[in-house]
Amino acid sequence: MSDLRAAVAAGALGSEEGYRELLQSIVEVARAIFGARASSVFLFDEESDELVFEAVAGEGAGDLIGQRFPSSTGIAGWVLVTRQPLVVEELDKDPRFAREAAESTGFVPKGLMAVPLLHEDRALGVLEVLDRPQKAAFSLAEMELLGLFANEAAIALDLLQKARAARAVLESEGGGADAFARFAARLDEADEDKREAALQLLEALGKLLRER
Amino acid sequence: MAEDPADLPAWSLPAGAGERISIGVDWPERVTRDWAFGGATGKGVRVCILDSGIEAGHPLVGEVEGAVAFNRDDEDEIDVVEDTEGDLCGHGTACAGIVRQLAPESSLFSARVLGAGFKGSGPVLLAGLRWAVDQGFDVINMSLSTTKRQFAELLHELADKAYFRNTVLVASAHNMPVESYPWRFSSVISVGSHEEPDPMTFFYNPSPPVEFFARGVGVEIAWLGGGTILSTGNSFATPHMSAICALVLSKHPELTPFQLKNVLYLTANNVGGNE
Repeated sequence: MSDLRAAVAAGALGSEEGYRELLQSIVEVARAIFGARASSVFLFDEESDELVFEAVAGEGAGDLIGQRFPSSTGIAGWVLVTRQPLVVEELDKDPRFAREAAESTGFVPKGLMAVPLLHEDRALGVLEVLDRPQKAAFSLAEMELLGLFANEAAIALDLLQKARAARAVLESEGGGADAFARFAARLDEADEDKREAALQLLEALGKLLRER
Repeated sequence: MAEDPADLPAWSLPAGAGERISIGVDWPERVTRDWAFGGATGKGVRVCILDSGIEAGHPLVGEVEGAVAFNRDDEDEIDVVEDTEGDLCGHGTACAGIVRQLAPESSLFSARVLGAGFKGSGPVLLAGLRWAVDQGFDVINMSLSTTKRQFAELLHELADKAYFRNTVLVASAHNMPVESYPWRFSSVISVGSHEEPDPMTFFYNPSPPVEFFARGVGVEIAWLGGGTILSTGNSFATPHMSAICALVLSKHPELTPFQLKNVLYLTANNVGGNE
């Protein structure tokens, strides 16, 4: 692997790790601010048409990451397909919901707030906050606060997806990045004259590609 | 006897023809709630819920007069079939229940465009809306939107088509500053939430694009399996406004969407609706 390739790969991997930490911190803060029992971010996986647990704080943290379910099911699914934030209370009164929730996540929330993660013209996923204290009626101010977290989470999710895409390109054998990495390695090894000639050739190639 | 609307001047007005397009509404000196929808039940008004389907027979919903579903086949073609599955996720049933509670004698129809996965939901939404507009429903409730710019132009055309065909499109606004459609178009009635508990309280918003605020916080909604649950969101403010439109139209069926919006403005709680 060339120095260039190693450097780019390290950048992509490093940023992916950083964005994961940022997402985790967003759900931690959302949970703390709302005084909630748990908070999670779901990523919409376009290829499989599923929602995937990407970050979880509180109840279920550690066990749920990576779990998937069809994109239009559950409250998170409502929110994703309608693009509308939603708050649902008294969920534990519904035996069917309670059973399904207990089976998939291990605990039954009394209520939840969910908001779509929208970035540019894409719906990237859903942010949920589960079991905020029931001491007061839900207010629209809370919905707005949730919207602010959603904006932040959407940006982090977008960056995470881009970092993953960059890594996939670097890892794919035979892809353009691979060829450039090999070229950079040869350039490193070449003597001064050959290096100069190769760069001139590269410049000419770039010019050729710009012409229609 | 009134002239057939098809014979009326539509593109220009010949000399002396002003009387031929006289407005068939007996407008009072002051438009009050009593004039607008006092004693109205929604009878005769056809409301289409463009959503995830409706669970027919739910105690809060009652009879659904027709239901179709839009599906994408393997070749990405969208077909429309009679819907025998009801509601796949519950969102449409919740909206239908709100319309039924406020406009009990309105006729409810379901066009299912949600629930079969997120992928490809944009074209399905467009096909469903096109169908609903072509059916000539009086009110179409859309507690949903799309952020995809590629659909904005077609949705805009459909929204205008509905407006000129006397179909009122009532659409959920966003409570975040995001670009999504069709609620941002001026030919629809866009709805956000207020926190008042009265289902008939609604406000005109002098700072659009959100044009009206209806009850959307702590609403008891129909829930799959016959039950109810408490919920909050513009998704549920929207059917409140759809129902109020149905009430006005059942009393004044000749109103165009432009006139209906005026009635809503004049009877909003922050305009003249408190008297």
